[in-house]
Amino acid sequence: MSLEFNNEQMTEFKRLVARYPEGKQKSALLPVLHLAQDSFGGWLPTEAMDHVAVLLNIEPIEVYEVATFYSMYNLKPVGKFVFEVCQTGPCMISGSENIIAYIQQQLAIKPGETTKDGIFTLKLVECLGACGYAPMMQVGKIYREHLTKEKVDAIIAEYRMQVAAQN
Amino acid sequence: MGVKLLLEKANVPGIRTYDVYRREGGYSAAEKALKEMSIEAIVEEVKKSGLRGRGGAGFPAGMKWSFIAKPEGVPRHLVCNADESEPGTFKDRYLMEFLPHLLLEGLLISSFALGSNDTYIYIRGEYAWVADILEEAIQEAAKNGWLGKNILGTGFDCMIHVHLGAGAYICGEETALIESLEGKRGNPRIKPPFPAIQGLWLRPTVVNNVETLAAVVPIIKMGGDEYAKIGVGRSTGTKLISACGNINKPGVYEIDMTISVEDFIYSDEYCGGIANGKKLKACIPGGSSVPILPANLLLKTAKGETRYMNYESLSDGGFATGSMMGSGGFIILDEDQCIVKNTLTLARFYRHESCGQCSPCREGTGWMEKILQKIESGKGEVSDIDLLWDIQRKIEGNTICPLGDAAAWPVAAAIRHFRDEFEWHINNRELSQTSNFGLQHYADPIHVPA
Ligand SMILES: Cc1cc2nc3c(=O)[nH]c(=O)nc-3n(C[C@H](O)[C@H](O)[C@H](O)COP(=O)(O)O)c2cc1C
Ligand code: SF4
Ligand code: FES
Repeated sequence: MSLEFNNEQMTEFKRLVARYPEGKQKSALLPVLHLAQDSFGGWLPTEAMDHVAVLLNIEPIEVYEVATFYSMYNLKPVGKFVFEVCQTGPCMISGSENIIAYIQQQLAIKPGETTKDGIFTLKLVECLGACGYAPMMQVGKIYREHLTKEKVDAIIAEYRMQVAAQN
Repeated sequence: MGVKLLLEKANVPGIRTYDVYRREGGYSAAEKALKEMSIEAIVEEVKKSGLRGRGGAGFPAGMKWSFIAKPEGVPRHLVCNADESEPGTFKDRYLMEFLPHLLLEGLLISSFALGSNDTYIYIRGEYAWVADILEEAIQEAAKNGWLGKNILGTGFDCMIHVHLGAGAYICGEETALIESLEGKRGNPRIKPPFPAIQGLWLRPTVVNNVETLAAVVPIIKMGGDEYAKIGVGRSTGTKLISACGNINKPGVYEIDMTISVEDFIYSDEYCGGIANGKKLKACIPGGSSVPILPANLLLKTAKGETRYMNYESLSDGGFATGSMMGSGGFIILDEDQCIVKNTLTLARFYRHESCGQCSPCREGTGWMEKILQKIESGKGEVSDIDLLWDIQRKIEGNTICPLGDAAAWPVAAAIRHFRDEFEWHINNRELSQTSNFGLQHYADPIHVPA
């Protein structure tokens, strides 16, 4: 499998690299890996990382060591929608455990797993800076805050509809 | 209503846009600084203001600025720390989300004072949606001549770039942040050299928190002396507090640092009291890293004096009976909360976030989590408490960066103040799985809700 940025993605790549001085293009690595992950289905196959290494003119190992360090990069395939539910102290004392249990029950998956239809992945994460609006989770770019069971139901239904509309 | 210097305009409709921000007097401080003031005069005002770093350590901002090296022909950089990952802290997000131009104005003035032509905002990757708001504001500011080449005809060039992190608390530590900004793993550097001498790309660099840099705007507007009149002692100006946990009104509040902790928790202007008519059990007043305090020591110092929401008063009594202002992440626990479990989630957090460079931190955080897990699940021994104490002591002070201390302190404070709750867990293995220790002698004697 060969993975490469298309023209539009290359334009964005160039915009990201231009933020750093000449010769310091490696600084763009984190933002470029985000771009790669968004471009190649929500995770980073080795081929994607190798492509980034070539584009930034650095060794592949320099990309791998970064991709494995940061929690937002997925090194394995994930569902279309990843529910990243915060489990840290402030959310825990505000009821995140019930929400996590409820999502597990509704989607019939455990943390780290993806539903059979490939639509949802459940991931437990640490504090996302939304402690005052707990319990909460992040889905894609969006923060879903003040979660209740009813809200979780509505969110799951919303994403199922989105997928159905695309098929 | 207390003084509002940062959030005064937060509720003005459309304040996020350049037009409204400008109409409300925005960028007038930048105009004054760039056109009428010398670099030395700006730094002097910041020094006089007594502004202390709002990222957690409380280091005087003006002093930090005056340390920056100025070797001939080497570019210097200002980096804004928007990594905000300390559990309980969400104030920088609020500032950036609602008042992006206030931050940009602060960045422009500070970049001018430090001679930074390329300034970076390092923002945690999960705040990608906040980064979008900032990017839009940057474009607006550039279009209106506040960023770019020869700003206001002064000859000063400045561009602000947003740089997305990717999920790592350690990148909030300034040298790890710099590594990350260079496209590497977030492993903190050994200091010295300090960033002011060799920082980003080995160039002189100042790293400041979002709130610190935003506060430069009112300081320039009103003058450092006036700013310093607000607050008390070395706690000058206003501070953003993000309040969360079991309170009626979680949210971000701007306080002047003369308010008592009791008023902050119980008054309707701020937290509005403990939620659901429960009683206050404990509080972590400055983000997850600072020592937890039981209700009695939170509201009053060990000497029986009122405790206030400022740097000095919150740390009154040292770690034996006090805590810290930290990042301003104010976490309230009510009578139903289990201290062992709360400490466990924090220990898990630090184990997850340790970069792994130093063995005391890497191994110690793992051990602490395991032992706390054992106690929490009803399998602990009394000797485990001493073991925990021993491990945290061996981490503290023995690591490259302060994350080790930050992991050790919450465990130490929990044992120090709530040892009998740990013992109860161990001695009541089954009962502890179905019920809570509750308040016992930590009950707040002052506020018994009707
Ligand atoms: C583990 C760790 C995490 C930190 N996280 C942050 C953070 O998210 N935001 C921040 O401004 N400072 C953070 N700091 C403090 C920074 O190292 C640095 O002191 C601060 O950015 C300086 O800015 P200030 O003086 O304006 O506060 C952290 C420190 C440590 C040790
Ligand atoms: S104290 Fe922990 S986080 Fe800091 S450098 Fe050492 S191992 Fe890394
Ligand atoms: S603890 Fe969940 S967002 Fe902070």
